[in-house]
Amino acid sequence: MKAKVYVTLKPSVLDPQGKAIKHSVELLGYGGISDIRQGKYFEIAVDGSLGEAQARAEAERMAREVLSNPIIEDFRVEIET
Amino acid sequence: MKFGVIVFPGSNCDHDAYHVISKHVGQPVDFIWHRETDLSSYDAVIIPGGFSYGDYLRAGALARFSPVMNSVKEFAAQDKLVLGICNGFQILCEAGLLPGALIRNQELHFVCDHVNVRVESANTPFTHDLKPGSVLRMPIAHAEGNFVCDDATLAELQQTDRIVFRYCDPDGQVTVNANPNGSRDNIAGICSRGRNVMGLMPHPERACEDLLGSSDGREIFRSLAGTLAAAA
Repeated sequence: MKAKVYVTLKPSVLDPQGKAIKHSVELLGYGGISDIRQGKYFEIAVDGSLGEAQARAEAERMAREVLSNPIIEDFRVEIET
Repeated sequence: MKFGVIVFPGSNCDHDAYHVISKHVGQPVDFIWHRETDLSSYDAVIIPGGFSYGDYLRAGALARFSPVMNSVKEFAAQDKLVLGICNGFQILCEAGLLPGALIRNQELHFVCDHVNVRVESANTPFTHDLKPGSVLRMPIAHAEGNFVCDDATLAELQQTDRIVFRYCDPDGQVTVNANPNGSRDNIAGICSRGRNVMGLMPHPERACEDLLGSSDGREIFRSLAGTLAAAA
């Protein structure tokens, strides 16, 4: 089983890296892009015996405590069985 | 009075801090490896600059889980003095000992330069010998020094006189151009509610010898030592 954790900057926090990426992408000629935000993605291999609900709870706790900084970031957890 | 300088894997300003305490403040100082947990013999600890854990995940994020950080929290709760410089400031924010967070510089570059900061508050154990409004010249060297916090936190910092340093021009004017990293409200350093924990991005320990371009940083260490001497 796999827990996938997506960490993204809160909408209110400026993302200078995302802005620079958007600028470069536009220089390459890509059009119609209103915004690019950069985030982080974690794949956590979880022991199958844990069960989906508990795996999700553990991943959420880990995301809150370690993988994200709640002052500037939000997170989302997906479980792949 | 006894000082400790905490050393994480990747700290690289630990020796500068040690040098300043031993040579300029003239007091005993130890390096404290991050796996140690007994801080009972110290009156003040410095969390130095560097790249603890390679800045993996977020600057300062992994250092906060080192065993010594639980002891630093207890140490701070006993009203003892904790000074975080650069990466030390980032670690204190990640550990929740100071509010806000330090994110990537607005212009993305690693900025290595001398900057001017204005003393906003002399009401801390680290700045009581300084004159409010006076300007200190100190080096910065960071890629993640852009201080962010929400509106409520900023208002609280302002209302409780906890913004200690703000980036300014050489005349002491706080301007957008004097802000090297996009920090909110030009914030360069803040202190805790109890005022005994301070973090700042500039490096006072690298500004203690005229030969290095500025000795303004000495005033911070002099204040700190004065506080401890008065308490002894």
